[in-house]
Amino acid sequence: MTAKYSKDHEWVIVENGIATIGITNHAQEQLGDVVFIELPAIGKKVAAHDQAAVVESVKAASEVYVPVSGEVVEVNKDLEGDPALVNREAEGSAWFMKVKLSNPSELDELMDKAAYDKLVNG
Amino acid sequence: MSEDAPKRTSLYDDHVKLGARMVPFAGYDMPVQYPAGIIAEHNWTRASAGLFDVSHMGQCLVEGASFEAVAKAMEALVPADVLGLKPRQQRYSQFLNAQGGTLDDLMITRHVNDGTLYVVVNAGRKEHDYGWMRQHLAEGVTLTRRDDLSLVALQGPKAEEALARLAPAVKDIPFMHYADVEIGGIKAQVSRSGYTGEDGFEISVANADASKLWNLLLSDPLVKPVGLGARDSLRLEGGLCLYGHELDEAISPVEADLVWSIQKRRRIEGGFIGATRVQKELASGTEKKRVGIRPEGRAPARDGTVITDQSGREIGKITSGGFGPSVNGPIAMGYVETASATPGTKINLVVRGQAMPASIVALPFIPNRFKR
Repeated sequence: MTAKYSKDHEWVIVENGIATIGITNHAQEQLGDVVFIELPAIGKKVAAHDQAAVVESVKAASEVYVPVSGEVVEVNKDLEGDPALVNREAEGSAWFMKVKLSNPSELDELMDKAAYDKLVNG
Repeated sequence: MSEDAPKRTSLYDDHVKLGARMVPFAGYDMPVQYPAGIIAEHNWTRASAGLFDVSHMGQCLVEGASFEAVAKAMEALVPADVLGLKPRQQRYSQFLNAQGGTLDDLMITRHVNDGTLYVVVNAGRKEHDYGWMRQHLAEGVTLTRRDDLSLVALQGPKAEEALARLAPAVKDIPFMHYADVEIGGIKAQVSRSGYTGEDGFEISVANADASKLWNLLLSDPLVKPVGLGARDSLRLEGGLCLYGHELDEAISPVEADLVWSIQKRRRIEGGFIGATRVQKELASGTEKKRVGIRPEGRAPARDGTVITDQSGREIGKITSGGFGPSVNGPIAMGYVETASATPGTKINLVVRGQAMPASIVALPFIPNRFKR
């Protein structure tokens, strides 16, 4: 499927019931240089809108919310050694986590790219 | 524009043209970073020369009948030795309240005009400070705010080389002194000082000349613009206090480890607002002390983070914390009980409910490179 977006600036791509989740390019631009990322434990159960990760930029810590409910089945280990990957490829190789969906209907509440772009660009 | 709208420095349009991200800071719209980003701007300042707009800071003149008169009047408000300043020399000091807490920190310069001190205070405190000075300066001593002046800082190991191309005389300015020089035809007051731990200059010019000077300096390939984000990471690595973080109305300069800024005569004689506490603490020590902190691992610990000893007992709080690009890791400053303030002491930082191991370390995090 194509990516969907949350108002909290996360993107989601679902394949075979597994949601890959990251932060948007707009979000990384706003954060500036990312220096540390705290990812959830594998197996953690999350509900939509829960805080699931933390992004630390030089300036400040920001929470990352999961836009969908489910169980964390994988996290992106590349971010531990190279958090700045988020600044380079936020909507690609710098995904944060994969969540096995427990309520796929939540995806209907998310925006498509055109609606998200309208949100951030006004 | 409403009264609450952020003010703009004379360089606002230049920042916008450079693509800066503007944020409200101390009542001004200021550049937090340019497109290069905080880490690149920080590293550029450590390697070459960074140019900062610090025009939001409060520049003013304190004037009296003679140097002695104005210096004595100022000494009633600050613990520094003002009388001992040579012409063109400057010193760092603090305004203290009657309880010895810190109202602001500031730079005091003996102007070459007899009976004149040039004073620079923090942007967020200037209205307070001007009122405080008017209230407490002796009769016959006047305060004149210089909102007609802008202030830029050129900082880094190549700052002298870059500025000397335009004004060779700046090579001869000693650390913590100023000279009147012309930079590309612009009259400027240039002091050898700054807030990054690097050699460098702070340049005061008329508002009308600020943009011309800014762009002239930026035309040198050694020089790039640096925003407030990197200014903060540079000063944190340099172990320098930021008012509202390491300093506030409850914290004394002795607790803040600023005893070096209180010269011997003033320690003995006192005679400044807040002296009772300062002299008592100089004699018998303080319960807490400002320290440097190195978290283990990569996670930064921010302002307000609780510090515990290894048994989990709270011993203090972080006042500034973040990432040090030159250290290449998380760094912080904070206050801990004096018994735990020795470098090497193992502590824990409570970050998001988890105890994160860290150590007390000596400040600064990177050796300063002032030109002495």
